[in-house]
Order: sequence, then C-alpha cells, then structure tokens
Amino acid sequence: MSTVDPDAPPIPSIDVPGGALTPLADAQLNVELDTGDMILNLGPQHPATHGTLRLVVRLDGERVVSAEPVIGYMHRGYEKLTEFRTYPQVTTLVNRIDWLSSFANEVPFVGAAEELMGIEAPPRAQYIRTILTELSRISNIYLFLGEMALQLGALTPAFYGFRDRELVLNLIEAVTGGRFHPNFNRIGGLKDDLPWGWIADTKQVMKKILDGCDDFEDLVVGNEIFQARTKSVGIIPGPLGASYGVSGANLRASGVDWDLRRDGKPYLVYPELEFKVWTHPDGDSFARYWVRLQETREACLLVLQMLERLPSGPVMAKVPRIIKVPEGEAWVETENPLGQMGYYVISKGATGPFRTKIRSASFSNVSILPWLLQGVYVPDVITVLASLYFILGDIDR
Amino acid sequence: MSAVHLAVDAGWGWTLAVKVVVVMALIPLGALILGYTFLLKMMSHMQSRLGPMEAGPHGVLQLVMDGLKFIQKEDITPVEADKRVFAIAPMIVVISTFLIFVVIPAGPKVAVQNLDVGVFYALAVSSLSVIGVLMAGWASANKFALLGALRAAGQLIAYELPLLLAVVGVVIQAGTMNLQGIVAAQANGEIFGWGGIGNPFVITQFVGFLLFMVAAQAELSQTPFDMPVAESELVAGYMVEYTGFRFLFFFIGEFGTAFAYAALAATLFLGGWAIPNVDLANGWMNVVGPLVLFAKLMFVAFLIFWARFTYPRLREDQLQAVAWKFLIPIALANIVLTGILKVAL
Repeated sequence: MSTVDPDAPPIPSIDVPGGALTPLADAQLNVELDTGDMILNLGPQHPATHGTLRLVVRLDGERVVSAEPVIGYMHRGYEKLTEFRTYPQVTTLVNRIDWLSSFANEVPFVGAAEELMGIEAPPRAQYIRTILTELSRISNIYLFLGEMALQLGALTPAFYGFRDRELVLNLIEAVTGGRFHPNFNRIGGLKDDLPWGWIADTKQVMKKILDGCDDFEDLVVGNEIFQARTKSVGIIPGPLGASYGVSGANLRASGVDWDLRRDGKPYLVYPELEFKVWTHPDGDSFARYWVRLQETREACLLVLQMLERLPSGPVMAKVPRIIKVPEGEAWVETENPLGQMGYYVISKGATGPFRTKIRSASFSNVSILPWLLQGVYVPDVITVLASLYFILGDIDR
Repeated sequence: MSAVHLAVDAGWGWTLAVKVVVVMALIPLGALILGYTFLLKMMSHMQSRLGPMEAGPHGVLQLVMDGLKFIQKEDITPVEADKRVFAIAPMIVVISTFLIFVVIPAGPKVAVQNLDVGVFYALAVSSLSVIGVLMAGWASANKFALLGALRAAGQLIAYELPLLLAVVGVVIQAGTMNLQGIVAAQANGEIFGWGGIGNPFVITQFVGFLLFMVAAQAELSQTPFDMPVAESELVAGYMVEYTGFRFLFFFIGEFGTAFAYAALAATLFLGGWAIPNVDLANGWMNVVGPLVLFAKLMFVAFLIFWARFTYPRLREDQLQAVAWKFLIPIALANIVLTGILKVAL
C-alpha cells in the first residue's frame, strides 16, 4: 500500500446510490479486488538451480513479490569432519566443496597448514600450483559461459562449453590422475612433477580456449536477445554487494576493483605475474557474464605466461613423515573462480585441525538474492540465478 | 473395372475412412522425420556430437524406440487434476494438427479436401491447439503448468494476428484463398513481367515470408519463443504433469504441427508441389508433387529448427512487444503496399 501524501488535496466524495464513497471505503474496495499472491517453490529439484537450492518465491502474476533462498539440502558437514581427519586427509574433503574447481579449494587449506608449520613449498611447486589453479578456474568459468546461455534457452553454447572444458580436464588429469577431484596438493609441495610433453599440450589447449572465448563473444555476448535478457537485469550496486559479502567476478562486475590475487595477502606466485583485473561499471547480469569471459581469457594468458617462466627444481620440501602442526591459528584466503574462499584453521598441536571455518564464496553470493529478486519477473529470476553463478557444494559445504 | 473405379465407387464412407487413415499416419510420420533429422541429428552435429547412433543405422529408429518406451510407461494422473479435461487436452492438440493437413495439397489430385477458403480454414484450425494447451495447464493442478499455459495463451493469441496478416499479402496477389489456386498462381505467375520460374511468392512477398516464419516460430513455441515450455524456468510448462502415452501425444503434436506449418509455408511462399514450367495437370505430378512439396517443406523446417537451436529465449513482455510493436505494423504496411502494387500493375 502506498503511503498517503499529507499535502495532497482531499479526495472529494462522490454521490452514489447507497451513500458516499469515502477514501476509506475506496481503499476497502481495492482490497477486495486485490488478487492473491501465489507461492511457488523453485527447487530443490529445478533445472535452473543446478543442484538443490530451493527458492520460495511469492508471485503476483509473474512478478516476484519476495523471494527467500532455503539452503542446506546438501549439507555434508565438512567443517566438523575436518576435526576427525589428519591434515593430509582434509584435502580429500575440501576437494568436494566447489566441485568444478577442486584444485583451487585445496590451495588455501594447504597454505594455512604450511603457514602454521613454517614450511614453504619449493618455487617449482608454487608455479605448478598456480598453473593448476588457473586451469581449474578456466574449467569452472568456461562451463558457466555455456551454462548461462542454456539457462536463457540457447542449447548450443552449453555443449561448446562442455566440449572445450574436456580439454582442460584432460590436462588436469594428465598431471594429477584425477579429473574432478585431483587431491594432488601435499603439505610442503606436490605429489609429482609435470608429465613429459605436458607443457606443449597446454600451450595448444590454451590457444583453443582463447578461440572458444571468441566464439562465446560472437555467439552469446553479441546476441541481441541475450543482451535484451541480461542488460539491466539484477543490478547489484557495488557498495551494497560488498556489504552483503558478495565477492569475485560478481563484485568486480559492479565496478569494485578488488581481486585477492593482487590485493590480498600475497600467495602462490601471483605477485610475480602480470595480469589485468577486469571490472565492469554496470553491475547487471550482462556485466557479470562479460567479466567472467574476460577472466577466462586472462587466466589463459596467465597460464601461458607461467609456462614460459617455469623454474626447475624439486616439487616437495622437506617435511616430517607424520605431520603435526604446531599450536596456533591461521587465516588464508584466495581468489577462487567463484570468489573469495578462505580457511580459518585452529591447531592445538595434533595431527588434525582442532577447528576449521570455511568461508566459501557462493554462500555469501546467494545471500543477496532476497534483495536482488524483489520485483523482477520469473524469467529474470533464472537470469539472476544463472549470472550469480553458484555451486551448491560451495553454499552448503 | 479397375481398382481406381472401385475406390471411387466404394462410397463416401470408405473414401473418408481412407483419407482419415492417411492423414492420421502423416502426423506421426512427419513428427518422426522432423524429430530425427533436426532434433536428433542436426542439433547434435551443430553441437559437435553424434547424437543417437545405436538404434538402427545411424540411429534412425531411436524415436520409434522412444515411442515404444513411452507407451510402456505408467500413465500418471495427478490426484488434484481435473481428470477428464486432463485426458482430453493432448488429443485436442493433435486434432488441431490433423485438421491443418486436411487442406494442404500435394499434387493436382492429392489433397484430402480442396476447400475454397483453404488458407482461412488452415489458420483458423491451427489456433485450436491453444485450447488444448490451456486445458492441459489448468487441469494439471500444478503452478508451473498453469504459468506455462497462461504464457502459451497470451503468446499464441498475440502471434495469430501477424501470421494472418502475413498471409493476406499472398491472398491479394494470388486472388484466391484456395490453396490449389495459390499453387497455380505461383506456377503461372510472372515476376514483374518475367515468367521464367513462375512467381514463388517468397520473392515478391519476402516481407510476408519473414513475418510468417517469425510468427510460425512463436505459434510452434520454438526457441526464441518457447516460454510456454521454457525448461529452465517452468521445467516443461503445461506438459510438466504428463507422462507416458499422453506426453507422447504432446511430442507428436509439437513436431507434427511444425511439419504442417512447414508444409503450409512451402505451399504459400515456395510454390507448393508445382515445378516451374511443368504442366500442372500432368498426371505424373500426383507422384512427383508430394516429393517436391516434401523437399520444400524440409527446407522451411530447417530454417525453423536452425533458429531454434541457435537463439536464447525472449522474455514474456519482450515477446509481446515484438508482436505488437514490430510484426503487426510491418504486416499492415506490407498489405497496403501489396494492394497498391496489385492495382497499379
């Protein structure tokens, strides 16, 4: 109901059979003619939530009155489980948080353990870690580039996304032996060195991915219907997004120039590398897609850059056989494909963590949904969900 | 007495029965051909994959097998559903397709019924499917289905108008609403005095052809106008509660209608079953005509499905804006221009 303007002229009463219609009666009439809202459950099984997110949406026609995300359908209790595992075992768990970029999940946890133990991985291991992190960034975001078009109704780009991601997964598999869950990080370095011939293969694949990005630019970004569906839909103002804890490409698309690879505590070899942090001033769904597209390109260039500089040497530092982490607390955060990911590890000197807090990007990113979805149409709900790009494992942990 | 005479002498009842069986067989056959060629194979190759390869050579029997699978499935009716309406809805969608086929000619004598108001009739019965869709959405007692049905109703009614107006240009130029007459007008016509290939109306009525294709895309609920089914938003829209055989009906209806619209577009704009410079009354055209029509129809269907597999979908309000702000004014301008040229030349 709109509030009454005190300065407005009084509403004249009208002579009607049965008495005058006062403003109050008029309001009464409107209430009676008002149609009821419909409550629609989007999910937990819904193709657009790619996982088990449930959205309780109040609809007036096709317009959203309010929306509330309900999470927890996939909660696996990883924070608690880490308390009953040794440090080397925990990497197996954290692999499964954001399952599309598993390697990138291992990095901050291993980083936290190394920080507490005072160990540093050798330079070659650091470089390979960075390369694999960027490869998992490509494999993650590249899928998004196709998936978002699929959510908007275009079938074909999704298959291009899957096709080219396969090449990147093959590269990761060649190094680690695992396509989805590499579990390749060790405290103090890596399990193995790169296989023979891998560098040449990677260079070729990176060129293919760069070509694929050009295809997406033509096929999706340049498409008038795609632009009409995404431009000025789901605008997140930069400061508001930051106050909700939105991070990663979602925040950079709102014009906030903030990337932990450059602005955070230095980790891996990012301080030695040259790369551009892409931002977009608009903050709408289109901007989020555009920023991610540029980030994929940037990641390809980063990989090529690192392959040129790759130092030689061992990939494992000297660590004791049984890893015991000295007492202390550590907070390590990294810029993951979905945004800021951090581990707060408390150690009491045992073989496993005493307590672990996992800060995952998607959990904070979807927290803005109730604000963002007010007043949009049902098709735009899908656009907004797709462009925020969350992984359910990353929300529920 | 020859077999032909026997058939003629067999009385109207038998003739009607044969016609009904032929048309009834045409719908699933057309749906199979389009489904296999475009949905399974063309889309797969566009998306750098092979598609089904196991059932029959190159997977040709895949859809037959899928059909058999659907027949075996349990037929579920939701508890809350309006049972009778729920059961009738898929039939109505298929019947509307069936009725379009009745007037489409495939040769000088190959036509189920040669109506004088063929165009008018075809476009009128094609909109019957809206009723089926609305019934399905309402009777399912499902919110997604209801939203899908309401979208379908709004969309199909909005695009009925540009579809009709696009055809008016053709009717003015041909001077008849009879589909055989339109085929003859194209075969015997001249393009501004040159009669080398007759006058397929796609050349002089290219605006009408474009409008017809866009509106047909919307009438068929194909991407970029597939909001009624919008599988990423409404899961499957009005079809969401249908299983087994009833779902198969909707599937056949969808592709059968695409077949019918493609045939209609081929007849109205590409010259139908006629071949340029071949006598229309030639008896052989009864055999060759259907093949010619089929070739043209497949070309039109290719255009429809090409767009379907390439574009994302519009939003509901954008869809209405396209119809009312662009298609209808252009169609009206096209009619005025056609009328002026028809009188002036």
